[in-house]
Amino acid sequence: MADPMHQFEIHKIVDLPDFTLPGVGTIDMAFTNSTLAMTLAAGLIIAFMAAVTAKPQVVPGRLQVIGEGAFNYIDNLVVGIIGHEGRKFFPFVFSIFLFILAMNVLGLFLVFTATSQLAVTATLAALTILLVLIVGFARNGLGFFKLFVPSGVPWYMLILVTPIEVISFLLRPVTLALRLFGNMLGGHVAMKVFAGFVVSLGALAAGGGLGLLGIPGAALALGGVVALTALEFLVAFLQAFVFAVLACVYLNDVVNLGHHH
Amino acid sequence: MDAEAAKFIGAGLATLGMIGAGVGVGVIFSGFLQGATRNPSAAGGQFTNLILGAALTEALGILAFVLGLLILFS
Repeated sequence: MADPMHQFEIHKIVDLPDFTLPGVGTIDMAFTNSTLAMTLAAGLIIAFMAAVTAKPQVVPGRLQVIGEGAFNYIDNLVVGIIGHEGRKFFPFVFSIFLFILAMNVLGLFLVFTATSQLAVTATLAALTILLVLIVGFARNGLGFFKLFVPSGVPWYMLILVTPIEVISFLLRPVTLALRLFGNMLGGHVAMKVFAGFVVSLGALAAGGGLGLLGIPGAALALGGVVALTALEFLVAFLQAFVFAVLACVYLNDVVNLGHHH
Repeated sequence: MDAEAAKFIGAGLATLGMIGAGVGVGVIFSGFLQGATRNPSAAGGQFTNLILGAALTEALGILAFVLGLLILFS
């Protein structure tokens, strides 16, 4: 059976000279298949949004409806979770949603999924948490630490609650990165494993004799691949949506610190 | 026991953590469906919360999955 992990290997397409950053070390600047997938995703989004807004009409055409629908969907989400001030963060949430969605969906059509690399998802999660920290300190100053001290909790419970809140805050970027990475990796491994069953059972049937029993098994596995692919399309959208929702929730914590709306 | 065999058994055992995540996601969706069938008009507004709860629960299962991978490939 083919190695299901083979699809996640990174190989260089164009080898560029190494770049030495003082204090950090040498960085490999090669143009890899991961870079290619991300560039394609970003280019696709830009091309799509440009095509959608090229000739805006009062009565939108088909393309314009898709673009406006996506825009409206995330706009409602951001305003619904963060409130009126959420409009400021709409560009960030919208671009991160579209970028992850494009990478996930491209991964189903091409051989390589950029979001199945921990380095990519960890960077997106670090970006989100950095924004949360910057917004939190810029808006609340040192009052940011009230995040770890929930209001209305008796002082003797705070001894227990505050460390839990600190740990849960520190785990946020970790789970944000691992959720996207784990979902895409797990889904693609499952798809490849089922696809491998089709080949090995087909080879068994080619042997003839009792091996012909492999044909219904191979057909079952093929059905499994089709069903899993359909599920992966759902997961691809859902994970991008979840990332956007969680980015909104984490931003809401620091934007509306201390007062709920 | 062979160290390699112990590694495979350990990776398999680590993925058992997904049982809890599976039960948890099931409880969330069952709660949502129970609420949605009783008051269908309120169901649409809770979709974001539903996905949020499922995602947060699922993250723990993913942690078990990643732990299994770490044991398997280290």
